[in-house]
Amino acid sequence: MSLSIQNLTANIGDLPILKGITLEVPKGEVHAIMGKNGSGKSTLAKIMAGHPDYTVTGGDVLMDGRSLFEIAGPDERARAGLFLAFQYPMEIPGVTIANFIRAAIQSRLAEGEELEATDYYANLYAKMDALKIPRAFTSRSVNEGFSGGEKKRCEILQMAMLEPKYAVLDETDSGLDIDALKIVSEGVNALRSPDRGFLVITHYQRLLDYIVPDRVHVMVDGRIAMSGDKNLALELEARGYDWVTETAAEPALA
Amino acid sequence: MSAILEPTAKPQIDIDRSVGDFRYDVDYSYDAGVGLNEATIDYICDVKKDPAWIREFRKDAYRKFLEKPMPTHWASHDLDNIVFENIRYYLSQGTQASRTWDDVPEEMKRTFERLGIPEQERKYLAGVEAQFDSEAAYSNIKAAVGEQGVIFVGSTEGLQKHPEIFRKWFGKVIPTGDNKFSALNSAVFSGGSFIYVPPGVKVKHPLQAYFRINAQNFGQFERTLIIADEGAEVMYMEGCTAPKFETATLHSAVVELVALKGAKIQYVTVQNWSANVFNLVTKRGLAHEEAEIKWIDCNIGSRLTMKYPSVVMKGRKARGEVISIALANDGQHQDTGAKMIHAADETTSNVVSKSISIGSGQATYRGLVDIPPHHRGCRNNTECDALLINTHSRTDTYPTIITRGNRNACQHEASVSKVSAEQIFYMQQRGLNQGQAMSLAVNGFVNDLVREFPMEYSVELKRLIDLEMEGSVG
Ligand SMILES: Nc1ncnc2c1ncn2[C@@H]1O[C@H](COP(=O)(O)OP(=O)(O)OP(=O)(O)O)[C@@H](O)[C@H]1O
Ligand SMILES: [Mg+2]
Repeated sequence: MSLSIQNLTANIGDLPILKGITLEVPKGEVHAIMGKNGSGKSTLAKIMAGHPDYTVTGGDVLMDGRSLFEIAGPDERARAGLFLAFQYPMEIPGVTIANFIRAAIQSRLAEGEELEATDYYANLYAKMDALKIPRAFTSRSVNEGFSGGEKKRCEILQMAMLEPKYAVLDETDSGLDIDALKIVSEGVNALRSPDRGFLVITHYQRLLDYIVPDRVHVMVDGRIAMSGDKNLALELEARGYDWVTETAAEPALA
Repeated sequence: MSAILEPTAKPQIDIDRSVGDFRYDVDYSYDAGVGLNEATIDYICDVKKDPAWIREFRKDAYRKFLEKPMPTHWASHDLDNIVFENIRYYLSQGTQASRTWDDVPEEMKRTFERLGIPEQERKYLAGVEAQFDSEAAYSNIKAAVGEQGVIFVGSTEGLQKHPEIFRKWFGKVIPTGDNKFSALNSAVFSGGSFIYVPPGVKVKHPLQAYFRINAQNFGQFERTLIIADEGAEVMYMEGCTAPKFETATLHSAVVELVALKGAKIQYVTVQNWSANVFNLVTKRGLAHEEAEIKWIDCNIGSRLTMKYPSVVMKGRKARGEVISIALANDGQHQDTGAKMIHAADETTSNVVSKSISIGSGQATYRGLVDIPPHHRGCRNNTECDALLINTHSRTDTYPTIITRGNRNACQHEASVSKVSAEQIFYMQQRGLNQGQAMSLAVNGFVNDLVREFPMEYSVELKRLIDLEMEGSVG
């Protein structure tokens, strides 16, 4: 059981962005992806989620053995258990957080089955309290007028409510203050379980002090240039991306 | 003449399963035939036993209808596709308005069921005036309302039994010749409500009426007159769905509201016409001193809707408001707006309009705010927001604000926005399918206005929007 990315290549228009990505997140593990701006991290996340702008040119992504690309729309992939916390969450004017999450949960229920309102709110409030999101937020429009940090917290709230099998967190730590980083990390850690896998995209080693990863991958120009344990993040911080590029190039020279 | 008097053949039974698209076999006992001439009007007068002054009123209106040109110099040329000779101008069950729910024919009850009138609203049915075709099929005033002295009857009964009040105001707010379609309505009107609320009476329950069209080529020409006497308060709700026909149908109502000193009238419409209906409605209210008239209006469906609810504020501190939602789906044109005529000092008006255009749907806003220079302390606020669902959609805004004078204030805001592909993707990533995502975005867009509708209607409205959006994605 895993989220298995196999030699994935993808274009935007004619421009190749992903140039052969292979990595596997077994259920129960947390993997981190680090990499320079523009190296293709968000592209990878969005392609898995089914963003229509990209063309997959080769390879596959298997979620518990089932190809994501055989699951038609982004909504079906989501309902199959894939969650993406967006780097830039969208605003939806006039739609309250409570109604939005409710609609999302409702979409997972069988036809004719109704979400029980009191249970739903009890659950929502409990998760909001844990993430220290004021309850007044339930009646605010999704992400509208939210600060950067509030948006990220709200992404984690949605993840907690939707209980995905695999979650991709795209720079959820950016924009968070020190306290919020702790709160959000605790939120993620609370969701860590043998039944769930995480792919955490980040620029900062600090996040990985809180959410300790099983593996760290470094992405360079649409490829995974290096993988290692949690210490790789520390080493990367000390040595910079040039070190990765040079090291990754060595075997080719040899 | 005799040909016109012959009862028509029964329409065929044709039940379609989709909501709002169904028809039951109804025996139209009276039928004015197809087309319009003096004889048609005489026929209507005879059947309805109209008093002489109404016969005169109708004939005068008919002449004005013939004289008036189609307003195609500013309005849609689609109006030219209305073939007046092919329309039936009067149909009736020929029955007295029913007094109790038990008296209502079974097939009509089924129709109401199909319209999705929620069970809990049946409680209110005692206060309902439901129109079935052109005659009130069901009419019963809730005992409490009756005890308060409120008159709530069909327009025919109103003019026959309460001429002293009816005649004083009928045709005074909207003169017959106001426009071609108000003239047409004045010539052939039948159905609609007459309401009088005595001084100081505050009607607790909203009074409701359900309208629908149920015969091919049959135009409906309701005529509603509501008078709230000094300090009185009333809310009236009107909801429409129509079965779908192959040929165009014409709906042309006239609604007149009179709010005397300190009175309040709210008029709520939720309307969902099938895509072949021309809906050309004239609605206007007269607000006396410190009176308040509020139009809350939602237009979904129809081929062409033209509707510009107006308030003439003729007394000091009178207040007018129009809250409107228009949704134009593929092939539809919603040409709506508001007119605020400030005819006294310190009058205030507020217009909030939101339109949604989908596919080739077209939404037009036309507004008029008139504040003459000799008045002072008048204020208007106008806000028009348009939401476009895809690139073919059109939206036009023609706000006309005439503020001649500097002792008054007008504020106007307009916006056009789109539901972006990124928003849809975001919502899809949470599990909503494309249709659900769209309808959530659209519901979000109109959310603040939907709150203005009474509870039952806001639920129905959300459902209507969901249905519209489901059909709009591939
Ligand atoms: N829609 C698009 N049109 C053109 N180029 C695109 C598009 N989407 C992504 N790209 C390009 O693909 C490359 C990878 O972008 P991506 O957003 O995946 O980077 P990233 O690794 O997430 O960077 P960051 O760390 O800054 O978030 C970038 O060069 C970007 O400009
Ligand atoms: Mg990124």
